[in-house]
Amino acid sequence: MSDLKPAPSPVGSPAPSPSRLAEQAKAKVPAVVTGAQSLVLSLEAMEVDTVFGIPGGAILPAYDPLLDSVKVRHILVRHEQGAGHAAEGYASATGKVGVCMATSGPGATNLVTAIADAYMDSVPIVAITGQVASAAIGTDAFQEADIRGITMPITKHNYLVTDASQIPRVIAEAFHIASTGRPGPVLVDISKDALQAKTTFSWPPKYDLPGYRPVARPHNKQIREAARLIAAAKRPVFYVGGGVVRGRASDALREFVELTQIPVVTTLMARGAVPDSHPLHLGMPGMHGSVAAVTALQKSDLLITLGARFDDRVTGQLSTFAPEAKVIHADIDPAEISKNRTADVPIVGDVLEVIGELVKAVSADHEAGTKGDYAAWRDQTAGWKATFPLGYTTPEGEENAVSPQQVIERIGAISGPESIYVAGVGQHQMWAAQFVQYERPNAWLNSGGLGTMGYAVPAAMGAKVAEPDRVVWAIDGDGCFQMTNQELATCVINNIPIKVAIINNSSLGMVRQWQSLFYDKRYSNTDLHTSVGNRIPDFVKLADAYGCVGLRCERPEDIDATIKKAMEINDVPVIVDFVVHRDAMVWPMVPAGVSNDAIQVAKDTAPQWDREEDEATEQPEDADKDGK
Amino acid sequence: MAMSKHTLSVLVENKPGVLARIAALFSRRGFNIDSLAVGPTEHPEISRMTVVVDVDALPLEQVTKQLNKLIEVLKVVELEPTASVQREILLVKVRTDIHSRSHVLETVQLFRAKVVDVASDTLTIEVTGNRDKLAAFLEVIEPFGVKELVQSGMVAIGRGTRSITDRAMRSA
Repeated sequence: MSDLKPAPSPVGSPAPSPSRLAEQAKAKVPAVVTGAQSLVLSLEAMEVDTVFGIPGGAILPAYDPLLDSVKVRHILVRHEQGAGHAAEGYASATGKVGVCMATSGPGATNLVTAIADAYMDSVPIVAITGQVASAAIGTDAFQEADIRGITMPITKHNYLVTDASQIPRVIAEAFHIASTGRPGPVLVDISKDALQAKTTFSWPPKYDLPGYRPVARPHNKQIREAARLIAAAKRPVFYVGGGVVRGRASDALREFVELTQIPVVTTLMARGAVPDSHPLHLGMPGMHGSVAAVTALQKSDLLITLGARFDDRVTGQLSTFAPEAKVIHADIDPAEISKNRTADVPIVGDVLEVIGELVKAVSADHEAGTKGDYAAWRDQTAGWKATFPLGYTTPEGEENAVSPQQVIERIGAISGPESIYVAGVGQHQMWAAQFVQYERPNAWLNSGGLGTMGYAVPAAMGAKVAEPDRVVWAIDGDGCFQMTNQELATCVINNIPIKVAIINNSSLGMVRQWQSLFYDKRYSNTDLHTSVGNRIPDFVKLADAYGCVGLRCERPEDIDATIKKAMEINDVPVIVDFVVHRDAMVWPMVPAGVSNDAIQVAKDTAPQWDREEDEATEQPEDADKDGK
Repeated sequence: MAMSKHTLSVLVENKPGVLARIAALFSRRGFNIDSLAVGPTEHPEISRMTVVVDVDALPLEQVTKQLNKLIEVLKVVELEPTASVQREILLVKVRTDIHSRSHVLETVQLFRAKVVDVASDTLTIEVTGNRDKLAAFLEVIEPFGVKELVQSGMVAIGRGTRSITDRAMRSA
């Protein structure tokens, strides 16, 4: 019917603008377009407003219609890894799908780190790569790499498209897969000839994914069983993971926490899922978690696990993790349940729906007079929180030096909870997780699972593009910063005024900390020469060279004034070189591979439990053991 | 704990790259494939893989869950040996001479195997059966001299009237 009136061919006449074509498409007239135009139209139809990328030979056809699009803004980055992390930052700050684009071969392989990062942290991104012409695939052609094969283990799904007519369907599927169920990266590799070929475009495309049916609704029986365990527990804890942030379930969770009055811990990926100021919030669990959070999990008799995955950085030695606890484990990904720790009550479903159902079930129990009594436990956990707050000391002889923890604490206090904080990986990341107070979800972005140094600057850039009205701080290390700082050029040119706090200890600080603790202070290859002895590079001069404002702070009394000055500059990126002493360590710490019971609050210092409390916690443990 | 063998029937969309995806999944999650066979089904858009894995019960649950996460995997079913028919095919080239030939042929008959090719000093024999039968056959035939041997992966189908492809198509 409608194919009786094909639109005029774009060849020989000026290319029709993608938005005009999109209007045509809405009118159900299949337009004759190139594969490249079809790609841009598909992105427009998916309401993509930003693409981060770099052109090159194989993807070149796609960049021509991109120039005409008034809906899609393409931001030219300086390295494809930056495009990938920017897409992640965009996605993590908003929950929308981030998009990055690169050419074949090295362009595509440069995306690999960011794709792997997105896979580990369940970030919804779509990566579009050009591929050599289909006839050349498999011949080791110039800039050929089997990026679909390479990314198979690090994507939720991926495609190789060699037929232009498939482009709209594949793009629609890619966005659907990336954003639903457990979110994740999807790669779409499109051969150059498919981008150049003529095809028709109509939207929406028909697609069917018979093997992809994420379960959203939890099983009623499991919900009732969970409610029963919650009512019967004496020492329950909410173990909250990044799934609650990705699943937009923070408000629902807060309601659940208040209904039950059960203490909460939020993992590295979940910081902000429950406000840090909430009285029932005990902090972050894990290797560098708070004493209260780590101990609460260890002593608990019921973990109510929501969107968390019992990662080794949380559990420490798995066999001794939360030894007394029964486990309720809710996750949208069935493969996470009982992967590391066997769940007593497995719940597969969307976390928002799971919490909604649990609230109903627990409320019904309350009305029926069945209500758990956790008052004693609550007091005990609150006692740990009061007795062992996070803190830091300045090493002897460094009284006049800047403490990294203080810098980060002050940035959080001055910039406030509405800002977005993006960290790299290492000591500064842990301090940023500990000392910034998070009051809302999506305010804390970091590379948790993969631990990608270099994440901060490009991810902050992506977050700032997505949320231009928020202050975006990259809290970065001097090592991390040097891995991706080329994106400052992108920020300056595209008017993306992020703020970067370099916590400059002149070292690969976390590695240095381990060398201090476990390698007899033999500092093999961790000295970066960025402040001690010499400044290579001089970060202030580097900022200047990029057209950013560069500031430096070297005295504790200047911290606040420097941060405030950085807050006042909103037209260009600001880079602050906070020169800090290099022997600060992240505490508390559970050394790798041992039980979380061995938590130390400082070097060789275990928390001093007072006798009474010890007895109070020991007793029920013994009773349980006898029961078994 | 000793490892144990499990037979999984995996229904997948018949698309390029599916075999690579599944093989790579096994390798990167550290699961051992004992045998793998792929072929078409009665539905042209669906292929069926029979995978024999060497794992304990708990990792087996991970295997099936991880397989199910692949977009192109439609269904994963474990086939219990007692509730299914499991077959492998073995082609073996056995050295024979005027004296041994009749003994070999006798063995072929005993195992209901078939001679599929004859040469002056070899017989090529086809045997079909479950793993135990093939092992038993080989044990008997080996003393004659095995020149060459090739064995297929296992294929398996559930006993009774139910069909797992029907159910997969309905849910799809």
